[in-house]
Amino acid sequence: MSFSLFMQHLANGVSLGSLYALIAIGYTIVYGILRLINFAHGDIVMVGAYVAFYGIAMFLLPWWISFPLAIVLTILLGVIIERAAYKPLREVPRFQLFTSAVAVSFLLENLAIVVFSGRPKAFPRPPFMDQTFTLGGVRIVSYTPLIIISALLLFGLLTLFIHRTKVGMAMRALSKDIETTGLMGVDTDRVIMLAFAIGSALAAVGGVLWAIKFPQINPLMGVLPGLKAFIAAVLGGIGNITGAMIGGFLLGIVEIMIVAFFPDLAGYRDAFAYTILILVLLFRPTGIMGEVEPEKV
Amino acid sequence: MTTIQTQEQRGERRFGLTRNRILTVASLILFIGFLIWAQNNLDPYKLRILNLCAIYAIFAVTFNLIFGFTGQLSLGHAGFAAVGAYTAALLTMSVAQKQANFFLEPLVPLLANVEWPFLPAILVGGVLAALTGLLIGWPALRLRGDYLAIATLGFSEIIRVICVNWQNVTNGSLGLKGIPGHTNLYWSWGWAIITIFVVKKLVDSSYGRALKAIRDDEIAAEALGIHLARHKILAFTLSSFFVGVGGALLANLISTIDPKVFMFFLAYQIVGITVMGGMGSLTGSVVAAVLYTVFLEVLRPIESPFSIGPINVPGIPGMRMVLFSILLLLVILFYQKGLFGGKEFSWDGLFAIGGKIRARFARASVPPATPPANLKEE
Amino acid sequence: MTILLLDNVVKRFGGLVAVNNFSTQLQPGELCALIGPNGSGKTTIFNLISGIYEPTSGKIYFDGLDITGKRPDVIAGLGVARTFQNIRLFKGLDVLGNVLVGQHLRVHSDPFSAMFGLPNYTREERMMREKGMELLEALNLAHLAHEEPSSLPYGQQRKLEIARALATEPRLLLLDEPAAGMNRTESQELMDFILHILDTFELTIFLIEHQMRVVMSICLRIIVIDHGVIIAEGAPADIQNDQRVIEAYLGVGDYASG
Repeated sequence: MSFSLFMQHLANGVSLGSLYALIAIGYTIVYGILRLINFAHGDIVMVGAYVAFYGIAMFLLPWWISFPLAIVLTILLGVIIERAAYKPLREVPRFQLFTSAVAVSFLLENLAIVVFSGRPKAFPRPPFMDQTFTLGGVRIVSYTPLIIISALLLFGLLTLFIHRTKVGMAMRALSKDIETTGLMGVDTDRVIMLAFAIGSALAAVGGVLWAIKFPQINPLMGVLPGLKAFIAAVLGGIGNITGAMIGGFLLGIVEIMIVAFFPDLAGYRDAFAYTILILVLLFRPTGIMGEVEPEKV
Repeated sequence: MTTIQTQEQRGERRFGLTRNRILTVASLILFIGFLIWAQNNLDPYKLRILNLCAIYAIFAVTFNLIFGFTGQLSLGHAGFAAVGAYTAALLTMSVAQKQANFFLEPLVPLLANVEWPFLPAILVGGVLAALTGLLIGWPALRLRGDYLAIATLGFSEIIRVICVNWQNVTNGSLGLKGIPGHTNLYWSWGWAIITIFVVKKLVDSSYGRALKAIRDDEIAAEALGIHLARHKILAFTLSSFFVGVGGALLANLISTIDPKVFMFFLAYQIVGITVMGGMGSLTGSVVAAVLYTVFLEVLRPIESPFSIGPINVPGIPGMRMVLFSILLLLVILFYQKGLFGGKEFSWDGLFAIGGKIRARFARASVPPATPPANLKEE
Repeated sequence: MTILLLDNVVKRFGGLVAVNNFSTQLQPGELCALIGPNGSGKTTIFNLISGIYEPTSGKIYFDGLDITGKRPDVIAGLGVARTFQNIRLFKGLDVLGNVLVGQHLRVHSDPFSAMFGLPNYTREERMMREKGMELLEALNLAHLAHEEPSSLPYGQQRKLEIARALATEPRLLLLDEPAAGMNRTESQELMDFILHILDTFELTIFLIEHQMRVVMSICLRIIVIDHGVIIAEGAPADIQNDQRVIEAYLGVGDYASG
């Protein structure tokens, strides 16, 4: 394989990884606090993409209005889901919370099929993101660095937020010990809502950027990326934002590279992620950055 | 040795068990009579619905075993059904049909030249599904709650990905057409009854109690000497066997299968049905499965344009699933017990309800007591 | 002939040493108490014995058999049963059901016999139920056989948990703070109950308490631990007056006048 081809694959992998990372962060924030895998997260990604799509295609809004609008509406959706489907179930046995998450995911997918129609739509890529240029012999399309930079930027902002603001500290505290933190005067509900808001916002960004990279959207488009992003979060250490970033990048790169070096395995590319998940859960369930949590008896 | 027994229990031992047994056998005979009548008199469309009811009942009962009784949220059902379906399809299809299907890449010789009768094909499908369950269960069942769900979902999807890519065995995304329609009411409901019987017997036994203990508190269960892995795998493998059988029955009912049939959507539907019927109630699972299948068919018209009087309503494809998922969410949030809660149907229960209704009527028809005449003067 | 032997058991959680060189022996038929302030490592020791944790170093022997690091269900099968600080009853089963689960580890019939209702299983199930009811009768719980555990008063729930542990036919019973949350009368009743089962069943009982008063009257031997280390061991009278024990409990004025 030539160097330029390799670099192209690498760039591809990193940009895919960035998308996984953005979505993975949303999973990990929610899991860190509520110990809940938000099954519906992948579908929220899908909603973000569709809102942006309709903004541009139907309402003819320029992308710099459509995209933020998508983020805002998706945040709203995420918060509504949390209030309506998760909050009421906080006190009951855990498995009801899981089934609720599954049900919400199912509902979103079916609603999307009905409202948006099951047929895939072509996502209008803004022209400046469609420019191909050559860098040191490697052909790159402009959205690739855009995706990578966006992911890193947002990660940086989020890390600052988590570590430098009071609310961020509250979120970290909640993820360590939800009961005690609540007892210390932190408004648990507000902080949880914020966690969902941030997660949904990143999901929306992920959805929009995903639609730019793979410009065909359909109601089930969020399921696979969502699942893979969750796997990335587990790989990096669930509950850990840096872990989610690392896991996301790793997963993206591995996925692209395996297919690049073993083209015959292309049909199985989705299975790699699942295999990685099972290996991680069996041999190092806490992931790369995770800490072991012994269960109190 | 004295054992305290209530009057009821003593009576039940001498008469009740026999009475209940007679009732059960009688209803079974009645039901079989119904099946015979239906098989010979109903049109194919209605027969298909009845068959689907049985198949979904099998799926729901087995899911209840693994989730409602053992507390393991496994979303792998679709994968096991796929294993059973493809196995039975490949074994029962005629040689000619297989040749016609596998035009991209020929089917492996082992399967290309065989044509088996239905029963062995179903059994092999079930056994292979059970082995898959064993393979998946052994690593997966060490995982906690949500991780188990994702891992089993992942396994199910891996199976599907294999089906899409294993061109010379599964015919890839083209799927299989022309599977012989062996499934009739006797096969589907016969297997459904066997499934319900076996699962119920297990659940009522000491092993069943051990499973419920694992569901309620794993740590305490282990401290009482229960080998967690062995029991979880027992439930999982048994469950997967019957899911494979269900898949085999499905393949020979709808005659055409492809990997898309066995997407995770199927698992979500099964979760929905079982939750709505009531976790921990086999009766609920069967009833919910039947209701689900029937209502899905009954509501089919709303997905194509129809008119109410002068108003023309455009068809909304996918609406049924939306309604189902909304209903599911409502049940989870507000009526967690589902239709039957944790209770099962029992003849005693039925008679008890009858007794209560009779008592209500008796009270209503007796005139209010009048005080004796001499007391009134005082 | 020692029934339980702990030999220099150490348990570390990351940097924290929860149990430090803990050694002791229990003789058959003993009723011995392990007491100490909160967080001193008592439950950790029980978790080590019953197999929930594996010792970082050291050995544990039950009736001469090395049980160090074995799985909890294996250890239970060998004859060690326990209860938990927070009562862990099975809410989805009734009182008799909970006891029957305790008997499950001795079931001979395989699952297939159960699944198909074969006569060898139905016979065994009937015998299990009889045995279960007998146990409940011996402990004055038979009238509650078909109640939901969550509907029972706290004291009865505690007794039920102990009954369930007894159903495993143990030779060593570990009771983790059985009197937690009880007032004086209830604790006294429970202690009488424990003495009763000590005699009725061939048991050795190892008891955790953090209230000294509760165990003073019934235990012949008391081990006191603090920060994972034994600080005193002996008869109640000696313990009460031991300086180190008094210091450990300082501020937790619970041990009151003898």
